[in-house]
Amino acid sequence: MDKLIAILSDLHPDVDFETETGLIDNGILDSFDVVTIVAEVDDTFDVQIPAEELIPDNFNSAESLYALIQRLA
Amino acid sequence: MQLTSFSFLLFAGGLLILYYLVPRKLQWPLLLIASTVFYLCGGVENVFYILFTGAVTYGATRIIEKNQGKFDKKTAKKKNRVWVILTACLVFGLLAVCKVRFTFQNILLPLGLSFYMFQSVGYVLDVHRGTVKAEKNPLKHLLFVSYFPQLVQGPISKYGNLAPQLFAHHPYDGKQVAFGLQRMLWGFFKKMVIADRIAVAVVALKGPQYTGLSFFVLTVFYAIQIYGDFTGGIDIVIGLSEAFGIRLTENFVRPFFSKNIAEYWRRWHISLGEWMKDYIFYPISISSPMRKLSKSARKKWPNFGKRIPVYAASFATWFCTGIWHGITPNFILWGMMNCVVIVASEELTPLYEKFHNRFHLKEKKWYACFEMLRMFMLMNLIRIVDLFPNVGEYFRRMGTMFTSFSVPFMKLGLTGLDYGILLGGIVLMFAVSLFQEKKGSVREALLKQNAALRYTLIFLLFLAVLLLGSYGIGYDAGNFIYNQF
Repeated sequence: MDKLIAILSDLHPDVDFETETGLIDNGILDSFDVVTIVAEVDDTFDVQIPAEELIPDNFNSAESLYALIQRLA
Repeated sequence: MQLTSFSFLLFAGGLLILYYLVPRKLQWPLLLIASTVFYLCGGVENVFYILFTGAVTYGATRIIEKNQGKFDKKTAKKKNRVWVILTACLVFGLLAVCKVRFTFQNILLPLGLSFYMFQSVGYVLDVHRGTVKAEKNPLKHLLFVSYFPQLVQGPISKYGNLAPQLFAHHPYDGKQVAFGLQRMLWGFFKKMVIADRIAVAVVALKGPQYTGLSFFVLTVFYAIQIYGDFTGGIDIVIGLSEAFGIRLTENFVRPFFSKNIAEYWRRWHISLGEWMKDYIFYPISISSPMRKLSKSARKKWPNFGKRIPVYAASFATWFCTGIWHGITPNFILWGMMNCVVIVASEELTPLYEKFHNRFHLKEKKWYACFEMLRMFMLMNLIRIVDLFPNVGEYFRRMGTMFTSFSVPFMKLGLTGLDYGILLGGIVLMFAVSLFQEKKGSVREALLKQNAALRYTLIFLLFLAVLLLGSYGIGYDAGNFIYNQF
């Protein structure tokens, strides 16, 4: 989880990723950020996130994204 | 049958009564019959295109689902990819033929072609991805493809959102029907009182003699026209559907309040943007070749290498969005200009942030207003290229923008009264948008008022449409700008 928080914080240092639950719904992450996260997750966790998983529910919080990574690992 | 015609109102009104009278299990078959009648009214030949799209996508999804049950996940994906590509080639191939005939032979596009074709191909991709199940009943599938309110100008719905609502049983709900009809009335106001009135001046200002500041005025007038026309049409469509108990996806969220281009495209023609993002932008940007290219580029240029996938995918997405609107050079230029501004603003973000933090601009209201105005002007300059198939003429006119400062307002086909009505309409539209932005639903707020005030306001809006709508001789109120796509 710490590694994931580091990836996200690198993109938006001003956001509290531990508590934020509307990263997509509140417009904090845009589609460019999502693609960057997918590449970083691939590099860091060796997990390829497919296009069908790129939905708001999976990216709205660090927790949901981490759950997705664990599911795909 | 056009959305703003008397025959459409009779058709929709009659259908609405019948919809709540028939047994609930007959509601969706009734919508299918109504959709068929609506489409037949547009010309018998139109039915061919919708049946073709329906048949191809139905066949493809049935095969895809069969393969998913028969083979392991990897093999099924591989086999189904062929069916997806074949479906896309057949459907978009027909769309391309129609667009070419429209552009070069002036043959009208079948009603709503781009909208239902994109919606249907999106559904095939969703079945392929396993996010929705394929529809087994061909008639239900045909209703999903042909649901008539959204045929004219979208929104482009997702199967997972629309289909369950289409086939659910909808008991009569007075509030829902009233809200739907109110939204339709608001749509008629925007379309007929504002968009159709200002359209006269837009047509005049397109004339080659209007250069200088007149070109700037043209960009603003066209923004008002297309906003009233497109959002008005969408209000009619979503309102009617709401009266049936079917909530279509929102296509606009007050786009002129956007402070940057990314936000603008999250608020304007949302369903097309979502389609492009889900089925073009994401698949390209996270594709295996793109990941490999990005990885090797990052060794030499760490920052630039990271961005290669998003920039390449943005280029492809905006090229496709451009040709979705039309295959003439101006629409491709329009797409590319959007792409360039998006990429530039992304690159300049760190610089902007430094600037904003240095002067504490983000906390200042005047700066937020400045950002909105800047975005409005910039998008106006990009959008106006729609009107100039000859892109050389677009650049020539833009080059003259600050060379002369007189605008012959009274020679544009509008009277002083017309300008007065327009001003009143625009102020009302702005006030409603501001209320929605700050406080939420206007209809909910109206519901809390006493009945006399509520009905008076609705009646006044109805009178405004009736008395102030543009109904001149030879004038065709039914033509929506987005019919041509």
